[in-house]
Amino acid sequence: MVTVSMEIQILVASLLFVIGLVGFLVRRNIIFMLMSIEIMLNSAALVFIIAGSHWMQADGQVMFIFILAVSAAEVSVGLALILQMYHHFKTLDADALNKLRDEKTKPNQ
Amino acid sequence: MTYLIGLIPALPLLGFLILALAGKLLPKKAVAFIGVGSVSLSALITIYVGWHYLSDLKEGNDITATIYTWVSAGTFTADISFVLDSLSLVFCFVITFVGALIHLYSVEFMRHEDGFSRYFAYMNLFVGSMLILVLAGNLLLLYFGWEGVGLCSYLLISFWYKVPEFGYAGRKAFIVTRIGDTAMLIGLFLLFVSFGTMDIKELMQGVADKWNQGSPLAVISALLLLGGAIGKSAQLPLQTWLPDAMAGPSPVSALIHAATMVTAGVYLIARTHVLFSLSPLVMHIVAIIGALTLLLAGFSALAQTDLKRVLAYSTISQIGYMFLAMGIGAWSAAIFHFMIHAFFKALLFLSGGAVIHLLNDEHDIFKMGGLRKKMPVVFITFLIGGASLSALPLITAGFYSKDQILWFGWSAVGSTPWLWLAGIIGALVTSIYTFRLIFITFFGETGPEPEHKAGAFINIPIITLAVLSLAGGFIEMPENMAPVQVFSGFLHKIFPAISLADEAHSELIFQFLSAVVSLTGIWIAFRFFNRESAFGSSFRNSRLNNFFLAGWGFDRIYDVLFVKPVVWLSQIDQKDIIDLIYKYIAAGTTFFHLLISKTQNGKLRWYALAFSVGIVLLLAFMILL
Repeated sequence: MVTVSMEIQILVASLLFVIGLVGFLVRRNIIFMLMSIEIMLNSAALVFIIAGSHWMQADGQVMFIFILAVSAAEVSVGLALILQMYHHFKTLDADALNKLRDEKTKPNQ
Repeated sequence: MTYLIGLIPALPLLGFLILALAGKLLPKKAVAFIGVGSVSLSALITIYVGWHYLSDLKEGNDITATIYTWVSAGTFTADISFVLDSLSLVFCFVITFVGALIHLYSVEFMRHEDGFSRYFAYMNLFVGSMLILVLAGNLLLLYFGWEGVGLCSYLLISFWYKVPEFGYAGRKAFIVTRIGDTAMLIGLFLLFVSFGTMDIKELMQGVADKWNQGSPLAVISALLLLGGAIGKSAQLPLQTWLPDAMAGPSPVSALIHAATMVTAGVYLIARTHVLFSLSPLVMHIVAIIGALTLLLAGFSALAQTDLKRVLAYSTISQIGYMFLAMGIGAWSAAIFHFMIHAFFKALLFLSGGAVIHLLNDEHDIFKMGGLRKKMPVVFITFLIGGASLSALPLITAGFYSKDQILWFGWSAVGSTPWLWLAGIIGALVTSIYTFRLIFITFFGETGPEPEHKAGAFINIPIITLAVLSLAGGFIEMPENMAPVQVFSGFLHKIFPAISLADEAHSELIFQFLSAVVSLTGIWIAFRFFNRESAFGSSFRNSRLNNFFLAGWGFDRIYDVLFVKPVVWLSQIDQKDIIDLIYKYIAAGTTFFHLLISKTQNGKLRWYALAFSVGIVLLLAFMILL
């Protein structure tokens, strides 16, 4: 079995997180954004696994199961919201949903 | 008796009330009847009261009539109370008697004017205020009358309010006198703080008891009161309003110059003479102001071409004589000159006003001329008034009153030869400008034809005043001529006797001198200021003439010193400079608000970016530090 040093492991997790973050920032499609969030969540979960295997503790794997459960729940809620959103606005573009912004000069168009 | 005293000011005020409230509903005859009647009635009451007062004169008591308590707060009370003593009686007599004649004259003069009832309402208020002023038993009531007089002067000077210049003249009179009024008010406060009372008699008693000769408080309060007197009496340096006050109708000028308004300052100083006597410095200042003013105004009168402006400057000059007399302690001489001046100056304004009126509002004396034949009554009365003004010896009243001042100016302890010299030069100038006016107006080539004829209401007052201008002087003769000193005997209870310097000159020399000066002035006017004379016309084109014409440039100096800076400042402040600070604070806040609110754009990814950048920065911070 090949052993990989912990730095590499953390680096992989960090890369995964950055990929998720960048994906979240650059994508406008809300489904892709949700997927990016999942990637970030999983990168965090990966760090727990790494830590668990490094210190030979089961806590890390327990935590991973938790995160998996939470992300599953989150995705179901998120997908439901996305469905509603598509239903309402006929779009999946997150930037189109900026109705919460500060209306400056003109009240309505 | 006491309630009759209250009636003297009450009647004109009642007349004012009726005319102000119902004047528009009444026919002109009724308006004239009320306007003239109220003042005439109070003149009759004054004469009656005065006659009673004179018959009880041996006791020398003054009569106090308290109408009711006006202000009562703690230990301080101020009553509506009128005090009749010989000083206020003289003033009352002049105000009501001359005032009634002027009112009578106005009936014909103003007959065809709009605002006939408004005119008489103001005139009645004017006389009423002045009567309150001179009869007031305390300084608070005196100040009330004082302000009433100021208000009426404004209303009447700008009577023809549709002409913008006349409105300007009214405002100028009001604002310039206000400067003096403010000083006077501070002086009243000072007296009140020092003595806790406003009652004139108590105050003067307190001043005499508590304050020493030349104590700083006495000097300061006397100076402040003097400031008020200067403003009202149009003395240097607040004299600029009076020539412009000619904007009003001629009878108004007569009332302002003879009976009311300008003599208020003289009255104030005479009334508080105890205070002034305490500070020789202030007395000397009063005398110097009088001397300077009489010279300045006399020379200014020499150059005027407007008939009424000549008379206006002559008033300033004659009041200067009164100030001079008071400044050297010749109190009764000043009051005597006031009375005689009231007669001849009212006469001059009324007959001068008749000239202007009959020539359809022609003011320029060079466009008149030759009026001697066309209006003989006006000419003769004007000549009498002018002769009295220039103190033609022996026959005119002005000679006796002015000669007295000049004699005291030489012989009184408080005087200096310089003051006398100013007085005698002033006398010369007076007779020059007076007879210049007469020669140009009434003699010479044939001028325009008068368009109207003077009626009885114009002739009766001017003839009465002409008689008084001649005969009024015989009640107070110089001691070396006749043992008749009714006037000073009448006033000696109030005023301290004047102390003469030791070396006694013969009074006769001075009488001779002033007679010569007066006649010389007439000769100079005849010779050099005649309409045809070459000197007169070359003088009219000289720079000196323009300098005198502009009243020694005082208006221009004040314009540069006060008016221009104020206008400049207010033009700048039109943009609300102080507010700019707050405006910029508000603008800055709004700017930053808009800047930050730009970040709240509702874009999810934008928020996430800000969020991540924040975390990165925070982490970097924590790692680096």
